[in-house]
Amino acid sequence: MSVDRYEAVIGLEVHVHLASRSKIFSSSSTTFGEQPNSCTDPVCLGLPGALPVLNRAVVDAAVRLGLAVGSHIRPRCRFARKHYFYPDLPKGFQISQYEEPLCEGGAVEFRLAGEARTVRLTRIHLEDDAGKNIHDDSGVSFVDFNRAGVPLAEIVSEPDIRSSEEAAEYMRALRTLVRTLGISDGNMEEGSLRCDANVSLRLHGAEKLGTKAELKNINSFKHVREAIEHEIRRQAVILDRGEAVVQETRLWDPERGLSQSMRSKEHAHDYRYFPEPDLPPLAVDQAWIDRARASLPELPEKRFRRYTETLGLSAQDAGVLASEREIADYFDAASKSCLAPAKKVANWIINEVLARVGDPRALAAAALPVPASALAELVDLVERGTLSGKLAKDVFGRMWQEKRRAGDIVASESVALVSDAGLIEETCKKIVAAHPDEVARFRAGQSKLLGFFVGKVMKEMAGKADPKTANEILQKLLG
Amino acid sequence: MASPQVKGATIAELADGVRARKWKARELVEFYLDRIARLDGRLGCYLLVDADGARRRADQVDATVGAGRDPGLLAGVPIGLKDIFVTRGLETTAGSKILRGFVPPYESTVSARLAAAGAIALGKLNMDEFAMGSSNENSAFRPVHNPWDLERVPGGSSGGSAASVAASLCAGSLGTDTGGSIRQPASLCGVAGMKPTYGRVSRYGVIAFASSLDHPGPFGRTVEDVAMLLEVIAGHDPCDATSIPSPVGRYRQACAAGLAGMRVGVPEEYFQAGMDPEVEAAVRGAIDEIARAGAKLVPVSLPHTQYAVATYYLVCTAEASSNLARYDGVRYGHRTAEAASLDELYSKTRGEGFGVEPKRRIILGTYVLRSGYYEAYYGKALRVRRKIADDFRAVFDQCDVLATPTSPTAAFKLGERQADPLQMYLADIYTVAPALAGVPALSQCCGFTKGNLPIGLQIIGPPLGEEAVFRVAGEYQRHTDWHKRLPKDPS
Amino acid sequence: MPRIQPDEVRTIATLARLRLSPEEIERMTHELDAILEYIDTVKNLDTGDTEPMTHAVPFDCPLRQDEPMPSLSVEDALQNAPRRRDSFFEVPRIVPGSGEGS
Repeated sequence: MSVDRYEAVIGLEVHVHLASRSKIFSSSSTTFGEQPNSCTDPVCLGLPGALPVLNRAVVDAAVRLGLAVGSHIRPRCRFARKHYFYPDLPKGFQISQYEEPLCEGGAVEFRLAGEARTVRLTRIHLEDDAGKNIHDDSGVSFVDFNRAGVPLAEIVSEPDIRSSEEAAEYMRALRTLVRTLGISDGNMEEGSLRCDANVSLRLHGAEKLGTKAELKNINSFKHVREAIEHEIRRQAVILDRGEAVVQETRLWDPERGLSQSMRSKEHAHDYRYFPEPDLPPLAVDQAWIDRARASLPELPEKRFRRYTETLGLSAQDAGVLASEREIADYFDAASKSCLAPAKKVANWIINEVLARVGDPRALAAAALPVPASALAELVDLVERGTLSGKLAKDVFGRMWQEKRRAGDIVASESVALVSDAGLIEETCKKIVAAHPDEVARFRAGQSKLLGFFVGKVMKEMAGKADPKTANEILQKLLG
Repeated sequence: MASPQVKGATIAELADGVRARKWKARELVEFYLDRIARLDGRLGCYLLVDADGARRRADQVDATVGAGRDPGLLAGVPIGLKDIFVTRGLETTAGSKILRGFVPPYESTVSARLAAAGAIALGKLNMDEFAMGSSNENSAFRPVHNPWDLERVPGGSSGGSAASVAASLCAGSLGTDTGGSIRQPASLCGVAGMKPTYGRVSRYGVIAFASSLDHPGPFGRTVEDVAMLLEVIAGHDPCDATSIPSPVGRYRQACAAGLAGMRVGVPEEYFQAGMDPEVEAAVRGAIDEIARAGAKLVPVSLPHTQYAVATYYLVCTAEASSNLARYDGVRYGHRTAEAASLDELYSKTRGEGFGVEPKRRIILGTYVLRSGYYEAYYGKALRVRRKIADDFRAVFDQCDVLATPTSPTAAFKLGERQADPLQMYLADIYTVAPALAGVPALSQCCGFTKGNLPIGLQIIGPPLGEEAVFRVAGEYQRHTDWHKRLPKDPS
Repeated sequence: MPRIQPDEVRTIATLARLRLSPEEIERMTHELDAILEYIDTVKNLDTGDTEPMTHAVPFDCPLRQDEPMPSLSVEDALQNAPRRRDSFFEVPRIVPGSGEGS
């Protein structure tokens, strides 16, 4: 396959919508309803005379992000105007950062097919989002400025990514990271996490980078893989023919599974960057950095390593638990107050809790039917032998439905396993006496029939017999 | 009727009179509205007169006085606002066709502060389009005529603001100064006008020309009037990130504090050979008067003065090209009648809506910001700008204020300088450097030419040194009566 | 050798989305040439390692609290719209992907 001759060199530019309550440069709310242009103000409409004022919480979110990826936070950084004409850009320029961004360097760690990978970052900077353009079939388009001014952090990676799968994993890692930090929803489908990909090819072993094409309109993890895959193949075909790849921007069309050149005939982009005169330089002092660093939660990769190395969980399980902050917090709380080994708690969460909860963020909600401590209590009942695994599952179902604690349900309805050997022995004798044929066949060598007897005892005792005890007693009785 | 007293009255006198019930705010407003109706046809000062609004506000002030409550420092004082200040519900054009019909949904901080102090806005004053010009001939609507000689320009870009005060079509006004647009028209119209320290007065709601150079500021017949207005409009504004947090000074008090012991610097670069002899004579005469009043004169130098005009036009056009990018026919203002595509919408709208001077500056500004050109032009200009600012910093170690001419000439004739934009730019030579450095500077009348045209004296202070400026200007005014001279009403 | 040619003025006018008539282009080329010549004095000045002066204020960027405030009403936001449809601003058809945004 011709693509194998080449090494794909991929860098991603990711925009994260930072979840502050008000916009980055003005005080309109960032949570807007349905009606277009219902959430604007003179600044984000670009009215004559309006001026930007920077939102402290937005800077803080970006500082925390930078610290989480090990960036250098500039003690002083600057905003710059980036000029172009487009209807959703109300001022005719975006306020972004150019020569002195807030964060420089850093790296994102994640796993690709079980192997640790690191993608280095060039920079992270702040900027304002544009509004939204809507098109219909008539000859006009419509503009809604509700989104104009929403804060964005742009994360620029070095071209360290080598495959479309890796790109998707990188995006997933960023998503988990921003959600863990609580700075963004990180939702690609809703647009709070967006990416453009720069893709080029070179022969294996070559030092020099090939000409890159920029891919836009990538709206999901699936698109990340498909769009990049397609681009790699497209460029391989061109290079195989001995032609040169054109440096251009291409728009991904997910319906048709291909990209189209956006290369504009008339105007090349000259953004005419210059320092934003309406905003003096932004200072982030050491005290701010220290406070931000102290506020960081356990980061996803560190968590993953703790789960696998310290707690001995499988990579797969650890991956699921560490994938969302709320799941990991829930797991940590449950396993901490639980005598049972972490693995068992993990199983319960993965198999029972996550199946029922829907959006994992609900695990942090006060209305959660089975809080971590309640789960811990249930798991310990199994661990101590008070409940069988199967019984416990039923109890869990009821706990979830009725919002009751396990101890409560067990106590009120004598759900607990009957471990009284005498009671079990009576039932076993009864069953043995009632099935002479099976007894004979068992004694003749069909040892599998033991299960038959255990089943009958369990049925007789409405599932409440401790199966271990029943098993032992039956073996004794059957000889 | 109160007319003769009102025509010559200072803002302080008017406000005192309203509070003392010597006259009603409504009477003052009617006095000025009457003069505007009779005389402004010849002068062209107002783009919009808000008679209803002014009367309503006046009645409110009178009701407040009648109820025994405090109507504010500027009670009932009729004021004009350069049409660069956004006024809620009242058309604001920045002197341009591209904003004709634009009705802002919000109010500028400075006009709100004036209103809160009891002042009454009579209307919006004529100006050079987007504050670009030194003669008010670049207004898209009509030029302004100098009340001292109707065939001459009032200066610009705040031509309407200066002329209206000179012609008693308002008691005081607000303008903006980016390279001299308050001081130069003040000089040409024989009134006082001040460009404060950059950031002293909020730019929120001031239609932007060059963001790092725009300074809103007051005009008045006297230095005290200017000081009173400044006290009301100055001060921190959380809506402007370049707004200075420090408390506002006592400027009115400073006007009467005298200048004993002050050192007044006279920079050699502002008195070069070839100066207009009448301007030189008047300004040097004023400086001598200041020395006689007790100041010590100090010869100083601002070595980078020769680069100031070029630096100014590099910085201001770059910022202007950026600030004017928002005028695209999408959300407000003029929109071309037919556009087959988006690009056509933009190009035709802007081509039709902007006048010659904005187009010229947008092209120049876009040019100097182009990648490949940035470092050589804009980047370089910012460094020279710092050198100019450093010149001032150094000089204020040797003296408390500087005294210079405001304008190289008195008012020139309408149409005289239209053919050569560079000639027009060079007229800013005395005013651009303080704007680039952000230091406060005031212009006041210091004499008249043989042709009875006003000549202006500029007093420049260190950053946040408005008090020093007012001390010298106030004392000079006390020793002279140029400020009492009024132009004849146009016939 | 003129510092600027009509072609360059045309390119800049396109960058700035400014339609200029041929006469305007001609005249502006002339004027800009004179202005650029004058500006050369600055271009050629040795400024050593002087820092650029981007702001005339000596303080850092002030920060505001993250408190949402009431927005403009939809009517206020749209009152000056040259063309609108319901509560949208209306523009000629945008070719998807022809610009920066999505």
